[in-house]
Amino acid sequence: MDSTTKNSNFKTEEYQINMGPQHPATHGVLNLLLTIDGEIIKKVEPDLGYIHRSIEKMCERDSYQQIVHLTDRMDYLSSNINNEAVCLAVENALELEVPERVKVIRTIIGELTRISSHCLWWGVMGMDVGALSTFFYGFRDREMINDIFEETCGARLTMNYNVPGGLMLDIHPNFVKRVKKFVAHFKTKIPEYDRLLTQNVIFQKRTKGVGILTKEDAISFGASGPVARASGYSCDVRKYHPYSALDKVSFKESLKTEGDTFARYQVRIMELWESLSIIEQLIDNIPEGEHRVKTNAVIKLPKGEFYQKVETARGELGVYIISKGTKNPYRLKFRSPGFSNLSLLNHIAVGGKIGDLVAIMATIDLVIPDIDR
Amino acid sequence: MTIDIIINSHLWFAANTAEGSLSILEMVVIALIYLGIFSVAGLFLVLLERRVAAWFQLRVGPNRVGFQGLLQTMADALKLVSKELTGTSKADMFLYNLAPYFVIISSLMALAVLPFTNEFQAFDINIGIFFLIAISSIGVIGVLLGGWSSNNKFALIGAMRSGVQTISYELSVGLSLLTMILLTGTLQLSEIVDVQKDGWLIVQGHIPAIIAFMIFMISGTAETNRAPFDMVEAESELGAGFHTEYSGMKFAYFFLAEFINMFIIAAIAATVFFGAWLSPFGITESIPWLGVFWFLGKTLALVFLMMWFRWTFPRLRVDQLLTLEWKYLLPINLVNIVIMALMVWLNLIIRV
Repeated sequence: MDSTTKNSNFKTEEYQINMGPQHPATHGVLNLLLTIDGEIIKKVEPDLGYIHRSIEKMCERDSYQQIVHLTDRMDYLSSNINNEAVCLAVENALELEVPERVKVIRTIIGELTRISSHCLWWGVMGMDVGALSTFFYGFRDREMINDIFEETCGARLTMNYNVPGGLMLDIHPNFVKRVKKFVAHFKTKIPEYDRLLTQNVIFQKRTKGVGILTKEDAISFGASGPVARASGYSCDVRKYHPYSALDKVSFKESLKTEGDTFARYQVRIMELWESLSIIEQLIDNIPEGEHRVKTNAVIKLPKGEFYQKVETARGELGVYIISKGTKNPYRLKFRSPGFSNLSLLNHIAVGGKIGDLVAIMATIDLVIPDIDR
Repeated sequence: MTIDIIINSHLWFAANTAEGSLSILEMVVIALIYLGIFSVAGLFLVLLERRVAAWFQLRVGPNRVGFQGLLQTMADALKLVSKELTGTSKADMFLYNLAPYFVIISSLMALAVLPFTNEFQAFDINIGIFFLIAISSIGVIGVLLGGWSSNNKFALIGAMRSGVQTISYELSVGLSLLTMILLTGTLQLSEIVDVQKDGWLIVQGHIPAIIAFMIFMISGTAETNRAPFDMVEAESELGAGFHTEYSGMKFAYFFLAEFINMFIIAAIAATVFFGAWLSPFGITESIPWLGVFWFLGKTLALVFLMMWFRWTFPRLRVDQLLTLEWKYLLPINLVNIVIMALMVWLNLIIRV
């Protein structure tokens, strides 16, 4: 841009443009205030708060059983894992030992949720870079998981299946059969995903070397989940702080070192394989037993501070409870993965084109209610 | 059929009107026929695209309104006609209203020279190919005006991208057609078809012709602003691009023009590379009006190819788009022309 300003009477000027709150690429009500020079992005300022529902404040009013319901509405694509986080925090505080059966089912359901979330992400990723058909392929496979959830939990999106002390209901008799069918089906579909999008030349050109995040930056911005692991930062909570039945299964942490958009894409595809393998290891030997241990109708946590973190499809979700010994938390803080991952956006998108920003946003995999809460 | 009607009406006009009014009346009738073709083709192509897209996307697609959804686009068009025409308050209203007409008229004019059969061609001018290239580049003015005048930054970005894209890819469209002109030695479309009685040009010109065909299809897709070159609309980046602020019938004009342009690009390719209305191996040579079906068949096959592109490929980024044109397509094209010229000179052409 220097040459034009030097040599001629034409002056180039940066201008600002509002991407969102109604914009197809932001997948929700996020407003990005972009400063652009032609096509080149100079600054990205996320403007949050359009879907803020003060969930953390509502938690202070509600009982612990009720809090679980609210977590469905944060990262609605990993709702089961969010439920699990609160339940684990409460169970740990109460020093309640849940049956093995509950742990295994929670892990299977959690991994299914992760696959379903990644399916949707994959479809939307393709759509964001312009390949509209991927959306329907992703949804086809997600639909099968939703059907399984519908049968077992009664809901398709906000499952609300976990309760402090176990599971709301036992699994449906068809559950094991249908999960096995899904695993067999999905194993043939991931290669299809690769053929349709991963191996496409245009897709690789659009994503390779775009939005590079170094390992140091990933750590200093507090990135987690696939975003951080694509930069070589090993941070899988399932590996380092295994919860539920995750200490009984063997799986590889998906790691890449490139840190670009394509690496983030690949990490998620690798996670699909790992989640399938976790499900396969557990599905055949779900222990018999109770699906729930009895808790008091009014749960009162002992006085103190409790923290539990889990790995959602987007990264590390932390639940921090301060209890004064009453039936409500004194303060409850969610450390959501989306918020920290969004903070990277300005850092890695500057200097790229508008098209790059869209691709980067797709691989950061933002869910806006998770960011605003 | 249609040709008979045209010929009969020509004779009727010749018998019943004075000398001067003959041509004007005839023009009006032919123009009306072409308008009919235009709208029917546009509406049909929109439906075809939706059904093809549904097929690619594991869906059913519109099949409720009329037989297999044939009246679906008609219903959509009726809805669009009844919509309010909105605009932004600080839009340049004159240019804003003018823009859709540039787009629609340029694609309408291109239809005039297409050889549907050896008789069914409104306008057989001796600079046919040149006329097509020239006319198809008028459309971008409409896109630029629309994006500029609607006082919307997204529309402006879309329009600027469109300008860059169309100007670049026009070179490739022109040069790839020029490669084939070396074989025919004429720009007149009817003569180009006549030359192909010895074999379609893609056979006659073999390797360079196939390269030229591929370049033409790529740059033709880019010139019609369709995926993977739909930088102009890029719904995930710009919302709707240059026609963000258009509504109702003005939007429908842009929308229809896109489909007609796709039809025209496919029709040019069918004419120049695949012998227009000529049947393969001359199997229906004795029935000339069947040429319409061959012409439409070849064109629709190429239209399907373009739809296949659209629903499979991701979109390129704007700088990659220009890299592709200026660093790859243009040099290949220039070399290809030289090869073709050498071939014509050394008489290495395959004639059946």
